[in-house]
Parts: sequence; structure tokens; C-alpha cells
Amino acid sequence: MNLVADKLSYKPDEQFHLNEVSFNFKKGNLYTILGRTLSGKTTLLKTIAGLLTPDSGSIQFEDKDFLKIPVWERNVAMVYQQFINYPHLNVFENVAFPLKQRKVENQEIKDVVLKSLKSVGLEGYENRKIQELSGGQQQRVSLARSLVKNAKILLLDEPLVNLDYKLREQLREEFKSIFSQGLSEESIVIFSTTDPKEAMELNGEVIAIDEGKVLQVGPAKEIFENPKTLKVAEISNDPPMNILKANISSNKIKFEGIEIELPGHLSNLKDNNFNLGIRASDIELSEEGFEFEVELAEISGSETLLHLIRGDTKIITSIEEVMNFNIKDKIKINFNINKVYAFNESGTLASSPFGGSYV
Amino acid sequence: MGKLYKFLKYSFITIWTVFVVAPFLWALTTSFKDFNSVNGGATYIPWVDFEPKLEGWKVLIKSPANGGVDIIEPYFNSLFVTCTASLISIVLGTLSAYALSRFTFKAGFVKNNDITFFFISQRIMPPIVLSIPFFLFLGAIDLLDSLIGLIVVYIVLLMPIAVWIMVDFFNKVPREIDETALIDGCNPYQAFFKVVLPNSIPGLIVAGMFCIIFGWIDFFFAFILTFTEVQLLPVKIVALNSSITPWWSLSASALVSVAPLIVVAFIVERYLSKGNLSGAIK
Repeated sequence: MNLVADKLSYKPDEQFHLNEVSFNFKKGNLYTILGRTLSGKTTLLKTIAGLLTPDSGSIQFEDKDFLKIPVWERNVAMVYQQFINYPHLNVFENVAFPLKQRKVENQEIKDVVLKSLKSVGLEGYENRKIQELSGGQQQRVSLARSLVKNAKILLLDEPLVNLDYKLREQLREEFKSIFSQGLSEESIVIFSTTDPKEAMELNGEVIAIDEGKVLQVGPAKEIFENPKTLKVAEISNDPPMNILKANISSNKIKFEGIEIELPGHLSNLKDNNFNLGIRASDIELSEEGFEFEVELAEISGSETLLHLIRGDTKIITSIEEVMNFNIKDKIKINFNINKVYAFNESGTLASSPFGGSYV
Repeated sequence: MGKLYKFLKYSFITIWTVFVVAPFLWALTTSFKDFNSVNGGATYIPWVDFEPKLEGWKVLIKSPANGGVDIIEPYFNSLFVTCTASLISIVLGTLSAYALSRFTFKAGFVKNNDITFFFISQRIMPPIVLSIPFFLFLGAIDLLDSLIGLIVVYIVLLMPIAVWIMVDFFNKVPREIDETALIDGCNPYQAFFKVVLPNSIPGLIVAGMFCIIFGWIDFFFAFILTFTEVQLLPVKIVALNSSITPWWSLSASALVSVAPLIVVAFIVERYLSKGNLSGAIK
């Protein structure tokens, strides 16, 4: 009864867009596909929708071979990253389109459409033309259109990415409430995003994907706390997790002439070279810290992102206030050493502050 | 700079307008004159300079037996041939253009762009190259000197225009609209007719108008492929001899022959600049 994919591969050119992707999606759940741009998220959603046919592999849904069913009979709904609507129809007609296609009775169409428009906050906009709406409203129309179908599979392809900051926050909240109340036991919602924060907030099952390959599957919290590989750590953090090439020997972490006492959660590691991961937010300015040189300082919102360098090691730290730095300034920082992740040299998680390990 | 530029711009536009409009004005006034007014020197303002008469226009609809030239039949022949050929070209051209825009064709090294170019290349050749094959071809299927034969030839000439304009237009219609229609339960035909086509009306109108223009003004093929049975308007007008047909009738016939094009020009102008796709994708 689940949506099950087995070894889906799609390689239209030199690169894999999907590389042996398998999953088992259960009804009543929200799945978040997390990956950078061009990692294969859209390809995967289009394959589930039926707009793309994979080169190999299979998809089963409700014990049927999904790949043999044409798009228009699959009963899926999809919201695109670009706000796709039918420009020749007004708001009501847009939302009613899939129902008319199914030959639903007029009175029922009217009820369902008005209810759906209400749930996305577009009451009273029925007769507007699509062109008269703002970007956020247009996206809500396409969301309403995908909700009226009551589809068993709802695909949302980075639906928030083209909106401005405030609208994104607002719509994300609405998504959460729609999912929490409207997600029936019968449907599967698949949401793709590049934004780790979004994935954490939606709090569903996360599928981390890169170069068409599934790297890790698990609850959002688990992906965030115990990323299986360096790649997952990179994808699931913004700014990306800092990687320090360090040597651990005789209970000390050594890199770039810095020596730090080994924290408790890393004490079981054998002496070796490791890739240590530390989040930008776990590095702070400190008088007693180690000296780094400022390479670049960006102010983003209420944060300051500092790009620092020492020898060959480059790190990024975020400071929760707006500060001005000059390039080449020498500053001192300290690492919150209890939050350090250790990955072995091939990039697999050896030890995390949350006790995970894949070695 | 600004003022001088504006002055030069409007001066140029004014002079150009006079150049373009003057012959029409001349034809228009001449068509309402009679023998005396035409020969009495340059006169332009009716009722002041000369007394307007309808003689020139009446000659156009009288039969030759009554001293007229009878352009009604050629006029309707032209209208029928042009409209039928344009309609068929638009229908076939739009379907071909959609296929070329959305589906991938491959036959050896021949791909979509090559097929599109093949259509357009029909218009690159000078028409005279096509005249002999067309003549022999129509002769072989016994359609020389017939309306059907002309329609067949005009479809060959007009369909490339329709394909060319519509391929370009469909390429600008986002694919995601078709895909959304498929997801919303349309099969590919329904997606085309219910979603893509209603959003392509400006393109259809422009393509249709261009077909009508090129069909209507064609003299060459109408001249070569018809003899006595069928006559199209351009051929008829050229056949009017100024030593037999008076000036005022010639002027009137020139005006009625350009009248449809003026209407078409205004329609094209309205739609050519108007994109209707904002709001589909942002």
C-alpha cells in the first residue's frame, strides 16, 4: 500500500540525475527531500508524477506498477517552484480545473473550490485574473489547485523558494498548519527543498540526496544530529558545516598548530587523522581563543558571517549581531569543543555529540 | 539634445507619413472624379475643388457587356482562396509547430531544428524556382486553372509562415503549463486544446493575419497557374488596361484590393505587441 521505489536511475546525459534511488514512503507521512540545486530533487518528483520515465527501476503504489500508468491517470498533485497557473482562467476556474477534468458536479466543485481557497487565505479573490495577483498569491492558487484534487500523492517542488523572505516565513507556517490538519491518513506529501532550516521546521522524514543518490534517510532531527557522512553534514547545514583536517593523538586534537584537549564524546576514537566538523554557530569570538585572519565578512540580516583563515584551514562562523570587520583583521575565536563531529578520512561519521556513529 | 532629437524624430515621422499616405489620398480622390475633374489639373478637396462622382466605383461592378470591368468575381475568388488556404495552413501549421516545440524527433542527423528549418526554407527560395514544378504538378493532377489548385499551392506557401510563427510562440509558452495540465488529469490532446491553445490566441491571430496578407498579395502564382476559368484579384487588376479602363476606376479597384490588408494590419498591430502569458510563470 505504500509508495515504493526500487533502484530508480535516470541518466539523460553524462551525469546521473537519479542514481539507484530507492525508498518506501508510507501513507499519512510528510517526506522532505533535502539537497542542493541540481541534486536530482525535481527529477525525482517528476518521475513520481510520471512526467519523466526513468531508464531503469520501478515504482509501485497500492500494489500497482506506477510506471505503466500515464501521468493524467496517476492522481498526483504537484506545486512547482515557479508559480504555474493557467493564465487564461481566473482564480476560481484555475482551482476548479482538475475537478472539471474529472467531471465533478458543478455545485460540488463550487463548494470544494471555495473551501480550498479559504484554506489558503484567498477568500474573495475568485474572480481575479491570475496576472493581477502577487507572487505569493499566485503560489497559493497553485497550492489550492493541488489541494482540491485530494490526491493521494502531493508533490511540492521547492514551493517557497521564489518568494520573498516574509512571504516565505508566512507560507511555511501555513504549510505546516495545512499539513497538520489536512494531511489525511490516505495521502503522502513529498516536499523538496534546498533549505536545511525548512526541512527541520517541517519536521518530517528527511531524504538527503546529492548527485542523484540518496545519502541518508531519517527523521529531520536524526539527520541534523547524526549526519551519516560529510556530504550530508554539508547539505543539512546552512552555512555548511566547517571541516577541519585534524590529527587526534594522545588525547589531543591537533591542527594548524592548535592543540585542544579531546572532549569526552570523542575519547573512544583511535589515534588517527580525522575530518572534524563544527557548525558555524558553535564557534564564538573569545579573547582567550586562537588567532585567525578575516578573509571576508558578510552581514546577513541580524547575523554577521565571518570567513576566517589560518594556514590551509578555512572556516565560517556566524555571530548573532551586526559587527564590522576589516579584511586581514586578526581576531581570536574559540570552538565549542563539545559540539564537534568526527568523520573518518573517507567521510563517514565516527562520533557525534549525540552519540551517533556509522563506523 | 532631448528637444532636438524629439524635433528630428517627429519631423521624420511626419515626412514619412506623408510619403506613405499621399498615394492613398491621391487614389481615393481620383476614384471619385470623372473625366473633367481628372483632366482639369491637380485637385484634392471634394466639393470645393471638384464635384465627387460615383462613376469610377460603378464601373467595377458592371459586367463588361455594360462597359464595366466586373471585379466582383475575382474579388470573391481571391477572398475564398486566401481564407481557405490560410485556415488550413493555420490548423496544420499550429499542430506541426506544437509537435516541433514539445516533442523530440530524431531521424539520423535530422532533428527538430532541421525540420523547422525545412519548413522555413520553402520561403527562402525565389518563387520562380517553384513555378515550373507547381505548373507540372498541378497539370498532372488536373488542377490547373482551378480554385482548388490555387488553394493547394497557397497552403505550400503559407504553412511555413504559420509553422515559423507558432514554433516561436509555443517555445515561449512554458512547458510546465503543459505538465501541470497533464498532472491535473488532461491527456496530451486535452492539454493542447484546453490549456496551450487558449493561451496562444495572440500567436494564432498574428500567424493567421500574415497568412492572409501573403496569400492576398500573391500575383505570381495566380498569374502562372490560371488562364481563363478562374481569375484572382491581383491578376484582374493588372489586366485592367489604363487606356481602356479610366483612371478613376483603376483608383477604385486599387483601393478595394488593399482594403482587407488595412483591416488586417490594424488587427496584427494590436496583437503583435500583446503577450498574454504573464501570470503563467513568474
